[in-house]
Amino acid sequence: MLAFQILIDGFAISALYALGATGFTLIFGVSGVLNLSHGAIMVLAAVAAWAAASVLHLDTYLGALLGVAVALVAALLTYFAVVQPIQKSRRIPNEEKEIFVLTGTLLWGIMIQELIAYFFTNNAKTVLPIVEGVVDILGVRTPRNEIFTALVCCLVIGLLWLLVNRTRTGKAVLAASMNPRGVTLLGLELTNIYIVVWAIYGILAGIAGVLLGMFLGVSSYSVGPLTASAFSIVVLGGLGSVSGSLIAAFVVGYLETLTAYLISPAYRTIPALLLLVVVMYIRPQGLLGRR
Amino acid sequence: MAGFFKSRLFFVSLLVVIVAATLPLYVSGYILGLLTVAYYFGVFAMSWDLLFGFAGEVNFGPTFLIGVGAYTAGILNNEYGWSVYLCIVLGALASVVAGFVLALPALRLRGPYFGLTTLVAVLMLQNFIVVFADLTGGEIGLTIPDVITIDANANYWIALGFMVVSAAILYGLSQSPIGLVLQASGQDPVQAGALGFNIVKHKLAAFIVSAFFSGLSGALLVFYFGTASVGTVVDVAVGVNVIVAAVLGGRRTVLGAALGAIFLIVAGEFLRPTGELATFIVSAVALLVVLFFPGGFLGAALSREARS
Repeated sequence: MLAFQILIDGFAISALYALGATGFTLIFGVSGVLNLSHGAIMVLAAVAAWAAASVLHLDTYLGALLGVAVALVAALLTYFAVVQPIQKSRRIPNEEKEIFVLTGTLLWGIMIQELIAYFFTNNAKTVLPIVEGVVDILGVRTPRNEIFTALVCCLVIGLLWLLVNRTRTGKAVLAASMNPRGVTLLGLELTNIYIVVWAIYGILAGIAGVLLGMFLGVSSYSVGPLTASAFSIVVLGGLGSVSGSLIAAFVVGYLETLTAYLISPAYRTIPALLLLVVVMYIRPQGLLGRR
Repeated sequence: MAGFFKSRLFFVSLLVVIVAATLPLYVSGYILGLLTVAYYFGVFAMSWDLLFGFAGEVNFGPTFLIGVGAYTAGILNNEYGWSVYLCIVLGALASVVAGFVLALPALRLRGPYFGLTTLVAVLMLQNFIVVFADLTGGEIGLTIPDVITIDANANYWIALGFMVVSAAILYGLSQSPIGLVLQASGQDPVQAGALGFNIVKHKLAAFIVSAFFSGLSGALLVFYFGTASVGTVVDVAVGVNVIVAAVLGGRRTVLGAALGAIFLIVAGEFLRPTGELATFIVSAVALLVVLFFPGGFLGAALSREARS
C-alpha cells in the first residue's frame, strides 16, 4: 500500500522535476549558460495561468496556454536583455563571462520575483487543474491531476527527444552543443540556434511551471528552491547531459518522496543533497557528464 | 606598496574614513545602526572579492563561511556562557576550518563545478541548522545572551574600525607579491605552476584568509544583533547580496566591494517607502551596472583616472 503510494507520488514529482530540469540543462549544453532566473520563469508561468483564471476569467485550457506563452516571452527576454549583451560585451573578459551571466540572470530572476510579489502578493496560488477527480490505482487514491501531470511531462520530454534527434533544427542544436565553431563554419548562424534553444526552454519551463501550479501550487517564495532543485538535478546528472538529468530527476524525486513518507517531511531535501556532495567528490562531472 | 601612500586612492580613502569616524557627532542612531550593519557586510564582500577577484574561485556560498563563524560564536555563548571575545575568536577559527574543508574540492574541481559545491555547502548548513533546532534555534533563530555593548556609537566605531583594519589587510595582501601570484594562478593555473609557484599553497591561503575575515565579521554581527538566524547570516539570498555587492563595487579592487555593500544596504533603506518595489529597484540598478559598467563603481573611477 505505502509502497504503491510512494511509487505513484514519486513518479509524478520526478516527471515534473525532469521537465523543469531538461530545459535548464539544454541551455547549458548548447550555450554554456546557467540560467539562474529559471525558478522565476516557472513561477511566472504558473502565476500567469492563475491570473488568467481568477482575474481574466478565462477557462483552464486558455489559462494554461497563456502561462506557457508568458514563459516563452520571459525566456526570450532573458536572452535578449541579459544574456546576449553580456556575451557580446567587449568590456567583460571572456573568462569572467560565466560569473557575469550568473549574476545577471540571478538579478533578473529577483526582479521577476519582486514584480510578481508586488502585483499578485506573496500568497501561494494554486492553478485550477485541467482534469479533476480521483481514481483508484492499486488501492491508492490518486488525483487524476497527478496522472495528467505525469503523462504531460513524459509526452513533452518525448516530443523534445523527437525534435532534437529527428528534425533539422534539432540536429543543428545538437551540433552547436558539440562544436559551435564547426556549426558556424557550415554557415549556420549561432545566434539563431541560441534563440531556438531559449524558445524551447521557455516552453518547457512554462509547461513545468503551469503543471507545478496545478499540482503543488506556487508562490514567489518558491523561486529560490525551484532554481536550486533544477540546479542540483542538473549537476547530479552531469551539466549539459539531457539523459543524465532525466535519470537524476527520478533519483532525486524518489529519494525525496521516500524520505518524506518513511522518515519525516522535514528532512525531505537532505538525502538528495548528501548524494550530491558524494557525487561531486567522487565523480565531479555528474552521472553522465562530459568533462 | 610605498607608492600607495602617495596615490590619490589613499588620500580619498583616508578622507572617507575620517568623515565616517566623525559621523556619530551629527547623525541619528538610526543611521548609525544601518551603517554598522553595512560595514560588517562590507567585510563579507571584501573577503569574497579576495577569493573571486584574485584566486579566481567563484564561491557561491559566502554565507557558508559567514554562517559557520556566526553560529559557532552564538552557540558557544548561548550554551556555555563563555565571554563574548573568546566566542568571536573561536567563531573565526571555526570558519577557518570550514574554509579549509571548502577549499579541498576547489583544488580538484574547476569552473561551475566548484561554484556548485559551495552552493550545496550552504544548503547543507541551512538544513543542519533547521534539523538541530535544539542547539541552533532552528528557523526562529538563536537568541544570544551577551552583546559587545549596547551603546550605538561604540558599536558603530567597532564596526568601522573592524572594516578599516580588514580592508587594509585584505587590500595590502591583494597588492603584495602573494596577491599577484594568486591573480596569476586564478587566470592561468598551468602557466603559474610552470613558473614555479605553489598554486595549492597560495589558494589554500586565500581561502583561509577569506574564511577568517568572513567568520570574524559574522561573529561580530551576531553579537551586534543579539541573535543569529538563517535569514540574516546563512540564507542563499544573503550570499547573493554579498556577490552582487562585490561585482557592483568593482571586482578585483577589494575596496570597491565595501563600497558596493554600503551602497546596497543604504539604497535598500532609502527605497523603503516604495515598499515591496525596493528590492526590485536595487536589483534593476545592479543589473544595469553589471551590463553597462562591468568594472563596477570603483573599477569605472580607477580606469578614468588611469586614462587622464
